[in-house]
Amino acid sequence: MVGAAAAPRDPGARTARTDAPVLVPVTFTVNGERRTLELDTRTSLLDAAREHLHLTGSKKGCDHGQCGACTMIVDGRRINACLTLAIMHQGAEITTIEGLGQPDNLHPMQAAFIRHDGYQCGYCTPGQICSGVAVLEEIKAGIPSHVTADLGAAPQVTEAEIRERMSGNICRCGAYSNIVEAMTEVAGARA
Amino acid sequence: MKFDSPAGLNPIDRLKVVGQPTDRIDGKYKTTGTAPYAYERHDVAPDAAYGYVIGSAIAKGRVHRIDTAAAQAAPGVIAIVTTLDTPRIERGVMNVAYLFGGDVIQHYHQAIAVVVAETFEQARAASFLVKVDYAPEAGAFDLTEAAKSAEPVPADSGEGSGGNGEERVGDFEGAFAQAPVTLDATYTTADESHAMMEPHATTAAWHGDKVTLWTSNQMIGWGHGSLAKMLALPKDKVRLDAPYVGGGFGGKLFVRADAVLAALAAKAAKRPVKVALTRPLIANNTTHRPATIQRVRIGATQDGTITAIAHESTSGNLPDGDPETAVNQTKFLYAGANRLTAMKLAHLDLPEGNAMRAPGEAPGLAVLEVAMDEMAEKLGLDPVAFRIRNDTQVDPNQPDRAFSHRDLVGCLKLGAERFGWAKRNPKPGQVRDGQWLVGHGMAAAFRNNMVLKSGARVRLSADGTVTVETDMTDIGTGSYTIIAQTAAEMMGVPLDRVVARLGDSDFPVSSGSGGQFGANSSTAGVYAACVKLREAVAQKLGFNATDAVFEDGEVRAGNRAIPLSQAAADGELVAEDAIEFGKFSKTQQVSTFGAHFVEVAVDAYTAEVRVRRMLAVCAAGRILNPKSARSQVIGGMVMGTGAALMEELAVDTKRGFFANHDLAGYEVPVHADIPHQEVIFLDEVDPMSSPMKAKGVGELGISGVGAAVANAIYNATGIRVRDYPITLDKLLDRMPDAA
Repeated sequence: MVGAAAAPRDPGARTARTDAPVLVPVTFTVNGERRTLELDTRTSLLDAAREHLHLTGSKKGCDHGQCGACTMIVDGRRINACLTLAIMHQGAEITTIEGLGQPDNLHPMQAAFIRHDGYQCGYCTPGQICSGVAVLEEIKAGIPSHVTADLGAAPQVTEAEIRERMSGNICRCGAYSNIVEAMTEVAGARA
Repeated sequence: MKFDSPAGLNPIDRLKVVGQPTDRIDGKYKTTGTAPYAYERHDVAPDAAYGYVIGSAIAKGRVHRIDTAAAQAAPGVIAIVTTLDTPRIERGVMNVAYLFGGDVIQHYHQAIAVVVAETFEQARAASFLVKVDYAPEAGAFDLTEAAKSAEPVPADSGEGSGGNGEERVGDFEGAFAQAPVTLDATYTTADESHAMMEPHATTAAWHGDKVTLWTSNQMIGWGHGSLAKMLALPKDKVRLDAPYVGGGFGGKLFVRADAVLAALAAKAAKRPVKVALTRPLIANNTTHRPATIQRVRIGATQDGTITAIAHESTSGNLPDGDPETAVNQTKFLYAGANRLTAMKLAHLDLPEGNAMRAPGEAPGLAVLEVAMDEMAEKLGLDPVAFRIRNDTQVDPNQPDRAFSHRDLVGCLKLGAERFGWAKRNPKPGQVRDGQWLVGHGMAAAFRNNMVLKSGARVRLSADGTVTVETDMTDIGTGSYTIIAQTAAEMMGVPLDRVVARLGDSDFPVSSGSGGQFGANSSTAGVYAACVKLREAVAQKLGFNATDAVFEDGEVRAGNRAIPLSQAAADGELVAEDAIEFGKFSKTQQVSTFGAHFVEVAVDAYTAEVRVRRMLAVCAAGRILNPKSARSQVIGGMVMGTGAALMEELAVDTKRGFFANHDLAGYEVPVHADIPHQEVIFLDEVDPMSSPMKAKGVGELGISGVGAAVANAIYNATGIRVRDYPITLDKLLDRMPDAA
């Protein structure tokens, strides 16, 4: 899976330096576009996007999987892009905030966040929106959460389900109440 | 423009654009990830190298030696700047601890080196190869211990709404001794971290002898002057640019190590360098809200009239640091002929304590408003009625000085009505909903209104676009939008004809963002500049400026109407001015008021607390944009709920640092912790505040809300916890029988 470029290093060099970067080619589809990069194996998916593709919409709030600001949608599921290495996503389909919509062509969730003021400083916002879009898909797909009372029935878009599922996305400005309203509106419009 | 008399009727009063709940004009950039923050400036610094900051592993002492040999030889490393290579750098505005340079360590995670490399991964890996020898010294890290030798705070405490360390009116001790009903209780509040989502970050680039810093900072004017001083450069050789700031809450009021190190590292590397503090560095490297020990004494007659009130607070800080001014609101909030407020400051060697959202009032009201709840119960009075009984329309310390406008009673009454307060069971521990014990609590909100000089430049171009330039920042507060609304109202154009450009030190110096002074002060500065632009337009078009009406994109007087854009037909018109607040604004007490009402449920078996309902009623002058103002209030309510229920920097009193220094260890409220929140603004204006007749609202929401949560927990369980945060371990062994 690592690819041909990761040939065994010169054994003589190993004793001299063990921390020389190992570059590996990675190919994935980002926002519908096929991209190939030569990446340090230590590069997170988040830094691949922000530093190599210059897609800086995904934010680095903690780099530890604790805040959710880096949330991307990878192969249909939201993940913390800071907590996964880019080389683990060969061939993946990746959607970042830039792929959901643009300033003059907003995704319905982006438009709902603006209408409901579901943000303030804006730094957690791309992660909240990517998470919000994916959460509605998870509920639609019947994936239960900690607050789903009946595991036999399809989960519904309730405020409790939204709050539970969005709790990995911290907003220190405290826009939670507005974010729930934005998501509820989008879910209602779609239903 | 001098603001030296109460504001009369002016174009803002039309409220065609100002006062409307318009969506934020920066929303489409923030929601699409296209708003550039400080570490993301590929557009202006495309070849930036990566700086990785190393923090001190001791809390106090000296750095003996820093061995960078292995790190220098590591792949990709371009430069390493250490604190031993650098003479101690002067402090900037409001800095207490030194940020870099020299061998003295004042606190844990103080920056001691920055490693610059071609990639982030290389800089991080090389930083682990740096070997540091320290000579540690013993320090004071335990507030309870240090409080025993704390010194009284002598004079002005420094914080804007502060005052003398000790103030007395009448004979507190005598009146308290004679009062038939008394309360004497001691409370504690915890060290808290701003934990804004965007880490402190700066990209720095030198062009010859001039440095530009794209940085995350609330106060560009302060930062500009500070960095010039710290880097020993004339001010015109330093430029700061902060178009977007990912939260601050007071933690970015001043220059921090990221900016200093980015500038030094870029010089050493001879190319642009970007530096972000890693999340685990932030709690100890930067500043925090200091913990407090507060004692409140209240004496009242049987009918609930306060005759004696005292509030004393002790907090700690590094040498030269200020106290947490937790007694401030007690000078103003309630009547009472005999009064005492006093602060003490202990020496601590923990990281620097400094301003965090509503410094003083946030932890102060968290305590005072619980004491008021306790007192109401002792008196057998409803907590709302007790507060109303002790309202004052004058500054209780100087009774000849009135409040400019004070409708605390209106907030309390409307809040009680909307919340359904009358249905509350005043006897604690009585309401059960399945496994939950349900309780209701309330508290008053109070935050002083500060104003700062604020400048702006306004341009009118030939196509009719109005462009505002000011170094004001939008840290989530809605500055872009309310500044554009102000210019649109003044020039009589729709909002989409206005462009707001913020956060650049090349623009006129504004109030900046802090102390809930930003919205009112900075829009008043835009008002002042627009008055000048209107004069220039009127002159150009041959109108008398006082008669001209600016409306619908036209300038009208008598039977003449000319398109506004025509004034710029043969060249852009530019006007610049600042609003300056004189002594006049201190002749009355200008403050903001509110009331918080909260419903909680406490699990009868586990003592887990869930907040079910929150309502705030706010009286804060004219609300410039009810949508973004409401967000400021609910955001404050969220942060105050965090302070009440979970936020605490845990002090390792042996090694001297905050142990839970990331977002997993330092818990802040998440979606699941916060219910739907309701906010009501009283319809009012305050002509003593500014031509905008607005007051601050950004910190009112956090003020008092924690006490409302605590009082609701008491009402639910009958347990009074006097040590914040109210975690379930403090409730569990005292919970009522669950069965």
